[in-house]
Amino acid sequence: MVGARPLPRGRSLRRTVAQVVGSRWSLLGLLALIALFIVVMASLQGVSGTRMLGLVVRGVLLGGVLALGALGVTLVFGVLKMANFAHGDYMTLGAYLGLVVMTLLPRGAPILGLGFGYEFVVALLVVMPLVGLIAYGLDRLTFRRLRQRRSAPVMMAMAALGLAFGVRSIVYMVFGADFAFYYQGRARPVVELFAGVRVRTDQLFILGAAVLLIVLVYLLLERSKTGKAMRAMADNPDLARISGIPTERVVFWTWMVGGALAGAGGMLYGLDVQLRPEMGWWLLLPLFAAVILGTIGNVYGALLGAFTMGIVWQVSSAFVNPAYGPAAAFVVMILALLVRPQGLMGGGR
Amino acid sequence: MSLLTVEGVVSGYGEMQVLRGVDLRVEDGEIVSIVGPNGAGKSTVMKLVFGLLKPWEGRVTFAGEDISGMPPEQIVRRGLCYVPQVDNVFPTLTVEENLEMGAYILDEPLKARKERVYELFPRLAERRTQRAGKMSGGERQMVAMGRALMLDPKLLMLDEPSAGLAPLLVDLIFEKVAEINRTGVAVLMVEQNAKRSLELAHRGYVLATGRNQVEGPGAQLLGDPEVARLYLGG
Amino acid sequence: MDPTVLPRTVLLAVPLYLLLVVVLRGRSALVKHAVAVVAALAVALGLTVLLPAGTLSYVVTFLLMGSVYAVLTLGLNVQWGYTGLFNIGIAAFFAIGAFTSALFTLRMPTGSLAAFTQQAFGLGAPFWVGLLAAGVVAGALALLVGGPTLRLRGDYLAIATIGIAELVRLVFQNERWLANGPQPLRGLPQPLSCLSGAGCDWLPGFVNAFFAPLAPRDYPYVYVAIVALVLFLVFVGLERAIRSPWGRVLRAVREDEDAAAMSGKNVAAFRMQAFVVGAVIMGMGGSLYAHYVVAIDYGHFDPLYGTFLIWVMLMLGGSGNNRGAVLGALLVWAIWTGASFAVDALRPTLAAISPDLPQRGPYVRFLLISLLMLFIVLYRPRGVLPEEKVVSLTRD
Repeated sequence: MVGARPLPRGRSLRRTVAQVVGSRWSLLGLLALIALFIVVMASLQGVSGTRMLGLVVRGVLLGGVLALGALGVTLVFGVLKMANFAHGDYMTLGAYLGLVVMTLLPRGAPILGLGFGYEFVVALLVVMPLVGLIAYGLDRLTFRRLRQRRSAPVMMAMAALGLAFGVRSIVYMVFGADFAFYYQGRARPVVELFAGVRVRTDQLFILGAAVLLIVLVYLLLERSKTGKAMRAMADNPDLARISGIPTERVVFWTWMVGGALAGAGGMLYGLDVQLRPEMGWWLLLPLFAAVILGTIGNVYGALLGAFTMGIVWQVSSAFVNPAYGPAAAFVVMILALLVRPQGLMGGGR
Repeated sequence: MSLLTVEGVVSGYGEMQVLRGVDLRVEDGEIVSIVGPNGAGKSTVMKLVFGLLKPWEGRVTFAGEDISGMPPEQIVRRGLCYVPQVDNVFPTLTVEENLEMGAYILDEPLKARKERVYELFPRLAERRTQRAGKMSGGERQMVAMGRALMLDPKLLMLDEPSAGLAPLLVDLIFEKVAEINRTGVAVLMVEQNAKRSLELAHRGYVLATGRNQVEGPGAQLLGDPEVARLYLGG
Repeated sequence: MDPTVLPRTVLLAVPLYLLLVVVLRGRSALVKHAVAVVAALAVALGLTVLLPAGTLSYVVTFLLMGSVYAVLTLGLNVQWGYTGLFNIGIAAFFAIGAFTSALFTLRMPTGSLAAFTQQAFGLGAPFWVGLLAAGVVAGALALLVGGPTLRLRGDYLAIATIGIAELVRLVFQNERWLANGPQPLRGLPQPLSCLSGAGCDWLPGFVNAFFAPLAPRDYPYVYVAIVALVLFLVFVGLERAIRSPWGRVLRAVREDEDAAAMSGKNVAAFRMQAFVVGAVIMGMGGSLYAHYVVAIDYGHFDPLYGTFLIWVMLMLGGSGNNRGAVLGALLVWAIWTGASFAVDALRPTLAAISPDLPQRGPYVRFLLISLLMLFIVLYRPRGVLPEEKVVSLTRD
């Protein structure tokens, strides 16, 4: 154009830098750097390759459990635009309800090479819809009224925290503060995967179950009418109403799916580790770290985030106190937010 | 009996009154256009008819039934569909999925309905698995209209269908509106582009400051220099 | 007459006097203070004489803890009520204040004690040094943490603050060398405990003689005066601050950040300042807490006691106003302690439901507080004292 002056060099340079720093590649680069850092720290501590590999594998397993929770969190956020701080405690609820169901059923012999019997699977199938229903019920009692009133996000968050502590207190009251286990003193068969990495067969089941559920959720969202309506509502709730989509029914299914996944995640986590009333709250931070890394509301992002955080959590135990695992996930989240606040899958600036 | 009647409607947002007494009607198979300056309340009338806003006074009837204040989910079942001006597609859903959402309340296979929409908008047929959010403005408008047509409405409401579109696309959109009307669907549209829409419409209403100012056959309004001067920017 | 009546009266009169100074609106400052002193002494005397010592002692303890939590709630009010910063990590600042004060005022363990207690340092400084250090360190943490997190949107900031609180808790739980975690740090010095003990050498003889009848079990009377003083100073300071130009900008930022930014204010700086000020207050609250309970460990600062309870206090009292914060703290503390009575009274009923239930009494209180929060959010979101319209004292 005639007479147009070029932008002062400083400004366009700064903008370019900002664009580069905020891009998806920078974020991936950051993650790669973190991975490198972990490897260097671990080797400085003299951690063997086998152990590292084992930790990565454990990270993937944990990632599966985290994915179940993260999917629920991201679905609820997408459809209801709400950060559900009670989600960790829904996982706790699922784990303990599973315990109840399993104590009611007669103990069976361990299934085929695994460390648990049919009663665990039955409990899983019972607990999932149960937690879903409870989650929906709690929504109707609390969040729904706040939504209708167009309450500020802080009110929703306080309500969620109230539910979180309320659920946890009930678990404490009914079960006490001690650890609980699904199985005591039962053999837990181990299998060797590769390169000297050993995992329990139970853990393979856990990963398998998680993957199966993830696939089912994928099918729900991509192939079913309800799932598409969930995505539509997440995209544009007003247009969903205008199109005649029964939004309350979609909300119901969102809580059913989110709650069911949380319940399953809790039970699977309990099978691997142990049950304690705090278990869900401790997972809350890595859950949200995963969801935020993957861009809140984005299902694929939640999966990527969950596996990433699972690995970070486990692998960090190679060179710091394992208790800091969730904190490591948190630190990665903060770094990611500094580089790209909208997360991996978010839209461009 | 008119297909749609709006009688003495007064309403607004919160405490801010926008509509101060609007009357209009749409007959079967008509194209009716609402024009007027910005802030006249044109879009507000649409939202009110479609149940996105409650009337403080007055009422709305459709096919003989009082639908004042009825929620959109129920209005849609009665054969009235609405295309908002902005945010009128589901961006992460594909074209095909957008159409499916338009017919969500139906339990039957949608193939035939989708084909009819694709016949009307061949460009969409080529792009049916593309995400709606990645399409151009004109294509998005087509998706939005297609979505609304999936239920075979008796009356289609369009809020500024040509807004933000290049002139060629404006022509295309108006052509499509005419084509839709020829299949027997009545159209109520709000338009900034008064000239084009009044050319197309059977009848028009001029709205200003929340109430009716002038009403008449489209051609008559177009030709009236007073109307043009006062309300249509010359 | 019981010889402890007079010294207890004088000590009790301190918080009463401070309360009256705040509550009374008189034109003449001199008259107001004179009336307050007389009234405080009169009421204190009445209470000491009329109420049985045990009951009054309980009330004093109640007021003491309630006031400590009031300080914490005031800190939250600066962050949330005035600036709209969503901090669900109060426990981080609470804890770090408490542990800092402990480390500053304890001495390094020697002899056989050293085998059981590890700490990073122990300066043996007086209480007020610990109090100030607690504030400073908590403020420093806020400064450090606020940089990357304050610019995040609401729910992200909430998660970030949860994370920080968890991180701080993990550190105090696992790093033995720092503050003996997970074991408690014990033996924190109690300020002016000499007053209810053998007498303070730095005080004149007649003062010691006056307070001589007091026994160590009367120490809460001494401490409540100290806590009330700190609470008073914080409250008055904040009331001044909120009516100052600085306070006006904070409120503008909360109402409409974009407008505030457009009028040239450096919004990020103001948010950081509010965050830090709130954190300093929370840190001091931690110090006050620590020197009362005398032994602290990471478990005192878990999400329920250290964060959620304080949010309930602010929401019930009415966020956005300092009186609401204090009132809310006392109300919720009353509910919390009242619940503990109720649960004890209901022991037989609980035992009938399940033999394990009575010992899980504390969790019944958890549930009650959660229900209270839900109740507030659903039915009374503005709290008991709605936000008052604040008129600024000076023009910009």
